[in-house]
Parts: sequence; C-alpha cells; structure tokens
Amino acid sequence: MQAMNVVVCVKQIPDPAAPASLDESTHTLDRTGKLILDDSDSYGVEMALQLADTEAGDEVVLVSMAPNGEVSGLRTALAMGAAKALLVSDPVLAGTDALGTAKVLAAAIRRVEPDLVIAATESTDGYTGTLPVQVAEILGLPSVTFAKSISIDGSNVKVERQTEAGYDEVESPMPVVVTVTAGVVEPRYPSFKGIMAAKSKPVETLTVADLGLDASEVGVSGSRQEIVDVSEAESRSGGEIVVDEGDGADRIVAFLEQIKVI
Amino acid sequence: MVIASTDEHEMFRKTLRDLFAREIVPYIDDWERDRTFPAHELFPKLGAAGLLGLEYEKDYGGGEADHGFTLVAGEEMGRIDCGGVPMAIAVQMAMATPALAKFGSPELKEEYLAPAIRGEMVTSIAVTEPDAGSDVAGIRTRAVREGGDWIINGSKLYITNGTQADWLCLLARTSDEGGYRGMSMIVVPTALKGVEVSRKLDKLGMWSSDTAELSFSDVRVPVKNTIGEPDRGFQQQMVQFQAERLITVYRYIGSIDRALSRTREYLLERHAFGKPLLANQHIQFTLAELSARYDMLKHYAYTTAEAAARGEDVTRFATIGKLIGARLQREVADTCLQFYGGLGYMAENWTSRFYRDSRLDSIGAGADEVMLRILARMDGFSVS
Repeated sequence: MQAMNVVVCVKQIPDPAAPASLDESTHTLDRTGKLILDDSDSYGVEMALQLADTEAGDEVVLVSMAPNGEVSGLRTALAMGAAKALLVSDPVLAGTDALGTAKVLAAAIRRVEPDLVIAATESTDGYTGTLPVQVAEILGLPSVTFAKSISIDGSNVKVERQTEAGYDEVESPMPVVVTVTAGVVEPRYPSFKGIMAAKSKPVETLTVADLGLDASEVGVSGSRQEIVDVSEAESRSGGEIVVDEGDGADRIVAFLEQIKVI
Repeated sequence: MVIASTDEHEMFRKTLRDLFAREIVPYIDDWERDRTFPAHELFPKLGAAGLLGLEYEKDYGGGEADHGFTLVAGEEMGRIDCGGVPMAIAVQMAMATPALAKFGSPELKEEYLAPAIRGEMVTSIAVTEPDAGSDVAGIRTRAVREGGDWIINGSKLYITNGTQADWLCLLARTSDEGGYRGMSMIVVPTALKGVEVSRKLDKLGMWSSDTAELSFSDVRVPVKNTIGEPDRGFQQQMVQFQAERLITVYRYIGSIDRALSRTREYLLERHAFGKPLLANQHIQFTLAELSARYDMLKHYAYTTAEAAARGEDVTRFATIGKLIGARLQREVADTCLQFYGGLGYMAENWTSRFYRDSRLDSIGAGADEVMLRILARMDGFSVS
C-alpha cells in the first residue's frame, strides 16, 4: 500500500491555566502571547501517530493557523512524533471566524494531498465545533464525526462513532475528515528525545496570499460572524449540602434521576 | 548563562509534570501503605520519557542532555507528593548509575546501564554497611579474586530499592590496603546465588520506597563486572556522590516551593477568630522569612547547576546546597505542619508525610555532619 499522509488540524491556544483576556473592540480572545497545543487536539495527534506507526512511510503532518507566527504548540505535537508542520501565519488573520478559518485550513490541507484529515470535535477556547465539517465541505470530502477509534481498511477508513446510546460503525472512502472525541486515547508524553528532535523538524510558514486567498475573506472584515456583546458568566451557586443520615446513597440516586442523568 | 531556560526545558518540565500526575501521584497513598512501589512497572514509563538517562551517552540510550534538564527533573521530582518515590527514581538516575556511565567498560554499560536507562532493570547503590555509613572507608564487605571471578562476602544496609533491584553498584574491599585505598566498585546482579534480602526495613518516613538489608555469601561475580579500575572504588564513589547530592539539592527547590504554596492557599481559606489564618502577622512574617531563604537556596541551586553544566568541580556547591537545603526543607516541613494545626498532624494530610520524609535529607546522601566535615576541611576550619 502507498504511504499515507495523515493531516491533523491543531490549534494553538492561550494557556487555559493563565488568566485570559478579550479584545475590547472585537470581543475575541487575546492571542498575542505564548500559545500552547490545545489539549483536545492531543487526542487527534495521538490517534494519527498510532495509525502512522503501523505502516512504514506513513507521515503525520500538522496544519495550523495563528496570527502571530507562534509555533510552541506545534513543537509539542512534533515532539510527540509528527513529521512536519504547516503553519498559516499572517497578521490579517486576527479576528477570523470559524468559516474563515476553515477556508484557510482547507487551502493549506489541499497542498498536503492528505489521505486522512483528523481534527478535534471542538477547540477548548472557541468551542464552535463547526470547523472540521466546514473544512470537509470546502474540500469536497466526506466527514465522520465523534470518532472513538479509527482503522484503515484498504482505501477506506472504519470508524467507531460515538453516540448517546453507544457507537455506530461507519465506513468511508478516503480521503475523509474525521473528528476525534477527547479522551478516547491516551496521548503520549513528548519524550526528551522527541523534544530535541522536534527542534529540527520542518515548520513551513505560509501567508494568506501564499494560499491564493484574498485577505478580504479572512480576519475581522471577512467574518460573517460578529460577537456583539460579552458578559460575565453567572457565578455558580454554593450547591446543596446533604448530610448522610443513612440514606445518602438513595438521595444521590434520587438526585441523579431528577436531573435525568440516570 | 541562564540554565534551563529554553522552550525545550519547559516542554520537558511539562512532560514530567504530566507524567508524574498520571503515573505516580494517584497511587502514592497505596504505595505508602504497601511500604513499596512497583518499580518494574513505573521505571519503563520514566525511561520512555528519557528521565533515567538524561546526561548519559546516546550509545546506551541516554540523551546527552545539558545539565539544565537534570535541574528540571530534580525540581519536578521534588514536587511529587511524597519523598519515597522521587528518592527511588534518584537512586536509579543519579546514585547507582553515574559511576558506571563515567568509568564502566562498553560491555558493562551495554549489559547494565542501557537497561537501567530504559527502566527495564532496577538498580541500587550498595555502599553503607552496619558498621560503616558516613565513614565509607570503614566498609568490610570483601571481594576476593579467584580466577576470573570476585568472591564477595559481607552485608549492606539501608539499601533503597533493595528488595526490587536487578543489580547493585556495590563497593567492596578488594585488597588489604586500609582506609580509602583498596576498594572496588562492582556490578552485582541480585539474581546470583548468595545474594539475599536479609531484612526489609521499616522507617520513620519515605514509606513508598522499599529499603533493605542485603547479605552476600560467597557470591561469585566476574571480574569484568568491575566498574573502572580495581582498587579505585572509593574515588569513583566520591564522584558518584556529587551526582547524588546535586539531584538532591534540585529536589529541594521543587519540594519547598510546593509546600509553601500549598500552605499559603490553606491559610487563606482557613479562618480562625473571624479572619483567615494568613491575616496573622506572626504567620506572615514566618512564611516570608522562609520564602526569602528559599529564594536564596533556589538561586544557589541554579548557580550550582550552571557550574556543573560548565564542567566545573562542584563539590563545594553540592555540599553547601545539600546541607542548607536539607535543613531549610525540614524547617519548612515543621512550620507548614504547625500552621495546619491538628489537621497537619494527621497521617492523611500531606504535611505529616512531608515532615516524616524530610527528616531523612539531613541523614541520607551524606549527613549534615559529613557535609560540615567536608566544608570545614575545604575552608580551613579543621586540623587532624
């Protein structure tokens, strides 16, 4: 079988552990500082590496977009074992909405000629959850969402797709876009050797113009989505404290039934 | 030079923090209760991350890393919620293997160092004996040459990883020269006939780490298992002690920082007499002073690491850092426990474990008095 190109869409986000701030005019997240690999993408990277590890010559290529040329998050995924990265970085990208991002990523992915495109179901900072299927639509590829496992069978992928009741077995011809649910695999740690090797792995940086896109399609001006206003989330109430007087288990069950968890 | 300041150092720090959080921290209570931890399960995971052979040669699976990575490793090990497991890891990476890596033959390194770096073999350093601890020159375990073998008889005490080790870096007398002369360092596989765990020892702290007394009865080991030159064992062990003391100092940086941070958070939440405990000036000043002394120790440790990275003799640095760091850590442990009050004294609380575990640091890896003895000599404060 011919060597396979597995593309993983990865997002570099501000460290969720650090205080975040919003741009006052656009209400978008301030991304000017150091960015890290979105944790939810580490599952897709791991799944791609597991697929690539089974066949010699298969390669995992990262595709990402960042307005400020940041590569720290990409280096983490490269240290995990990805072969190379393609970063679209351009000041005009600041404030791009999900559809604009999908256009940019699709144009970048097209250059790699992938057999399989993997993405997280949603990012940790934006949470739109729309980007992967938009990318698939733009590329004219089928998409399979919420994968808990992916296997290659000839020129098809077989996916176990999570549902509320269990999972569906889905088969699709390649190339295909598959979204991976967080937590379905255990991402490997970037080892010391992986970290050092990542220093010399290629990261190709492209501008919007390099991709043949018009600047008016991206950024704040190209966005069809506008964040009109933001407000503080309501602070959580203290909850109800129940003292166990021998009926603790029953009361927990009753509570879970009440909120329809069980 | 700013040690350990690159993106790669930070990424490795995150790897270790995540690795420890997933593979060690959730199991500590069980391991403390069991008085041991599964080294043969844990060490391969640490080996895969590159922790166990950071500065060793790539030919044997090491990373040939700069010394800053060892500093990062020590700091992160110090942040683990117990002293026992980090001590066991430190034995594997910086106490039982440095001499083999520096002085061992290629064959010996291939057979014993490479699997230790991968975490497949567990190692111990076997120097201390019932009648010789700080005074290494007083050891009595003897290796007598017979053809191509050493025949070893004697015993070793307080051996960390001793019930699980696959091989020992053992110091034995190999000639009749007294004192510091006539000792050799020998790799002794524990599966050999005559090597016995005579006792598993119970301790004040470091419960998750197993400690053993080992006995050797006519143990036959090939002479080719000698590390470096025969009769140069003492000198080689002194070199090995430096690596041990350095990683110990770096661990203090992590452990003290974490203890002070946790205590600050608790004292903000805990109210007494209508205000947070941290509103009391006595508590503020006590912690501020410890924080100031910690800051000095941290800068000293970083300067030490920079000197080590430059290849300088760091005997004085390591000695002072070990002495002052161990004492500060004990004081911090005692103070944190005190400010936690009754909760601090409970076995279930981290303060109690930290207090017990910290006590060893003024005894193990060279007691405070040994550090003072070295310093007194170096600084001209002693006559014999």
